[in-house]
Amino acid sequence: MLQQLLDSMIADGTFGALPRDLAYLIGMVAAGAAVVFGFVLNVSGVTTFVERRVWARIQSRIGPNRVGPQGILQWLADGLKLLMKEEAIPYAADSLLFKLAPFIVTIGFITAFVAIPFSSALIIADLDLGILYITAMTSLVVVGIMVAGWSSNNKWSLIGGIRAAAQIVSYEIPAAVSIFTVILITGTLSMQGIIAQQGWGPWDWFIFHNPFTFLGFFVTFVALLAEGNRTPFDLPEAESELVAGFVTEYSGARYLFFFLVEWGNLYVISAILVTLFLGGWHVPPIPWITESAVGLNVLQALTFIGKSYLGVISIMWIRATLPRIRVDQLMTTCWKYLLPISFFNFMGTALWVLIWPAGFRPAEILLTVVGFCLVGYFFVRVAFHLRRSGAQITLSPLS
Amino acid sequence: MSVAGFEVEVDRGSGLETEEMTLNMGPQHPSTHGVLRFVVKADGEVMRRAIPDVGYLHRSIEKIAEKVGYHGFMPYTDRVDYVAAMFCNQGWGMVTEKLADIEVPKRGEYCRVIAAELNRIASHLLSVGTLILDIGAITPFFHAFREREKINDLLEELCGARLTYNYMRIGGVAWDLPPGYEDKVLAFLAQLDPMLDEHCDLVAANTIFRGRCAKVATISAKQAIAYNLVGPNLRACGVRYDVRRDEPYSVYPELEFDVPVGTGSAGEVGDSFDRYWVRVLEIRESIKILRQCFRQIPDGPVVAKVARKLKPPEGDAHIRVESARGDMGWYAVSDGTEFPYRCKVRTGSFAAMSIIEELSPGLMLADLVTVIASLDIVAPEVDR
Amino acid sequence: MDAVSIHSRLREKFADRIVSVEEAVKDPFTVVEASAIVDVCSFLRDEAELQFDVLCNQTGVDYKAAGYIEVVYHLYSYSHRHYVILKVRVPRDAAVLASVEGVWKAANWLEREIFDLLGVHFTGHSDLRRLLMPEDWVGYPLRKDFVEPAEYHGISTTRESLLR
Repeated sequence: MLQQLLDSMIADGTFGALPRDLAYLIGMVAAGAAVVFGFVLNVSGVTTFVERRVWARIQSRIGPNRVGPQGILQWLADGLKLLMKEEAIPYAADSLLFKLAPFIVTIGFITAFVAIPFSSALIIADLDLGILYITAMTSLVVVGIMVAGWSSNNKWSLIGGIRAAAQIVSYEIPAAVSIFTVILITGTLSMQGIIAQQGWGPWDWFIFHNPFTFLGFFVTFVALLAEGNRTPFDLPEAESELVAGFVTEYSGARYLFFFLVEWGNLYVISAILVTLFLGGWHVPPIPWITESAVGLNVLQALTFIGKSYLGVISIMWIRATLPRIRVDQLMTTCWKYLLPISFFNFMGTALWVLIWPAGFRPAEILLTVVGFCLVGYFFVRVAFHLRRSGAQITLSPLS
Repeated sequence: MSVAGFEVEVDRGSGLETEEMTLNMGPQHPSTHGVLRFVVKADGEVMRRAIPDVGYLHRSIEKIAEKVGYHGFMPYTDRVDYVAAMFCNQGWGMVTEKLADIEVPKRGEYCRVIAAELNRIASHLLSVGTLILDIGAITPFFHAFREREKINDLLEELCGARLTYNYMRIGGVAWDLPPGYEDKVLAFLAQLDPMLDEHCDLVAANTIFRGRCAKVATISAKQAIAYNLVGPNLRACGVRYDVRRDEPYSVYPELEFDVPVGTGSAGEVGDSFDRYWVRVLEIRESIKILRQCFRQIPDGPVVAKVARKLKPPEGDAHIRVESARGDMGWYAVSDGTEFPYRCKVRTGSFAAMSIIEELSPGLMLADLVTVIASLDIVAPEVDR
Repeated sequence: MDAVSIHSRLREKFADRIVSVEEAVKDPFTVVEASAIVDVCSFLRDEAELQFDVLCNQTGVDYKAAGYIEVVYHLYSYSHRHYVILKVRVPRDAAVLASVEGVWKAANWLEREIFDLLGVHFTGHSDLRRLLMPEDWVGYPLRKDFVEPAEYHGISTTRESLLR
């Protein structure tokens, strides 16, 4: 899509007499900048704001509500503050690597957005190796974290970095195997191709395709949580144990980069899950709206972002609720449980596809019902807890 | 799918060993609960030894006692353990009363117990809240602190201060209960009960939390007694001993309550989970005690007549108070003047701190944080 | 068992190594000879009828006028629920005493604290370092003749009053 646009712009003479390659370069950089500044940074920023408000609600606080209406500009204020802060580099740190680490992390995170489809047309590049590309690129984050941990020349950072490496490398395996479970069904690695084979109805989603993908969804979810260093797997920066883990020595803008990645990654995780299991951008046909290309794409993008943010918020909820597991338990969870389960799913799905290459409708319907029953039970529990905790009382002598 | 059914099978301290790393944890570290320092000798994530280094919060309170006189020392006792200051007030009051043969009026004793039990709930809430925070969950901490804040409000109404109360006096308490206090406290207790249920559902039933606490730093009853662990830490090891019940003081003989002990419900008797669980159960007992207190409190004066310049006769006295961190021993020597000749406080955290070095070998780095929090160590109480 | 009968048991066993017994005060106590403290403590812990399994408190008191430092042991028995108080007097200028760390582990830190603040040297202690004061502190702050130094490593130890 970008190529067509650039071609037409060159044909129109927008770039004047510039050589074709240079025009492409300028166009790509401009488009990249537009995507990064227009979307990626905002996604990270807004996610921090959403997280803080969601947390505050869960923890019976108010949360940031001073900058802008309801505090929605808080993330901008925080970002500006961090950008303007003095950056300290420890005297004993490996200065070059110390400065480089945040960029490696950021590259690993931003490049993942290249292959994330927001609608049937809105995708920067629909790579044939889409999902593999994303897995590879997000793994780059671990290199940055290790470099950060090592170069800080601080034992807490070092432990954080090593923990991150061990954790992400381990969890990459169940995540990848679970992802390939879906690839068995689709036969393509392209993100758009995976989505195209699902439908708007939950029974067409791959999560409800067969019992193995249903299980695989949870395995992928857990493994991606661990890869994104989110609670209960936030060991690399376990603030109560390692002070701040690999970011202990960072300050100012470099610190900002790490946080950008951490919160942006939430969105990437959710987007991968939505693409693979939750039907991506599919929308039901609605007269008038879906008939025009613009209406269709806007609706699809909204659906996709909405589904992703549902994932983001549930990850936040998990983070607010669960304690952190210990490093030996982390490895136990991965190697003793997730890995065998994911291989089991892989084999199961392979058999399933062999028997019913086009899917087995009754199983899909049944699983959908089961899934919705689980969600329903969840809400019943929530209602029970809300009822039991009752109203808060105020006892302040001043009130 | 028992993803959460952790089995902890670490080969701790044998086979693959690497160079020892010395980590300096503290004095400024997020989870050392005050200013204290550990020198940790670690082999990767597994600790060989954690050597506590205390004294960063030493404010020479015992020396101050020798300079300020009996009445004047009362505000300083708040600073011995600022998380549960009422017990320090009570300890100093009781030891002086024993030295000088002062009788506290009944209502005064009840006021003391009400204040102390409220303070115990607050202190235990802080303890369980910070334990779960150190293990990595944030919300239960806020829930615990929200409830604690209400107790702070209640105590503020009672004595004007939220942390260092200075509520008790030698011979009683400073002020009677304010009007309408009973209703407020009972309303608070009525809503604390379901909040505790919620807390238990969220924390104690959580598999990750149990996995992090069960079988971590198990202390046997024998070990606990040898190190003089006291209070909830001792009871968690299965020793049913509570100063309030077994060496009764104040009006505790008139009150009915259970003494919960550790049962090993998550793993072994005396592990970190038991220490946490005993505290939760004690909050429920304190609620019971408070309700009885308000039923039984008699009318009358709250403070006995005590000389301004109190000069207890020569001699020494030792008393024990069941503080939130266990048996707090107060020893005072009088030489017949208006200044104490010597005052010594033996606190619960002091003993708990001294056992860490023995517990540490073989624990993971993350467990050290659990151990500090589950033993409920308050650094100023160690250093005084 | 009450204090009187515990004291008589002690007298029976240790005869002349018990210096004196005081029973007419609020907390009855026994003064034990310094050389006998470990034996007395092991006896109190191990004797089936006594079983003092916990060292509640160990304190030092500096009696400057009398010229000795008194180390006070508050013992308690969880199995029999009774108390006993032992006192040991050591001269101020040669304050040396055997450690009871081998009897109760709790004595480790309590003795370190007494060493730190009152300067009683416990022989046989496994790790006799200062506990609360800095390692290089000079003097024992809880002794009655301790004079606070004006500064520590160039840091003034006094603060000017803001009221003046």
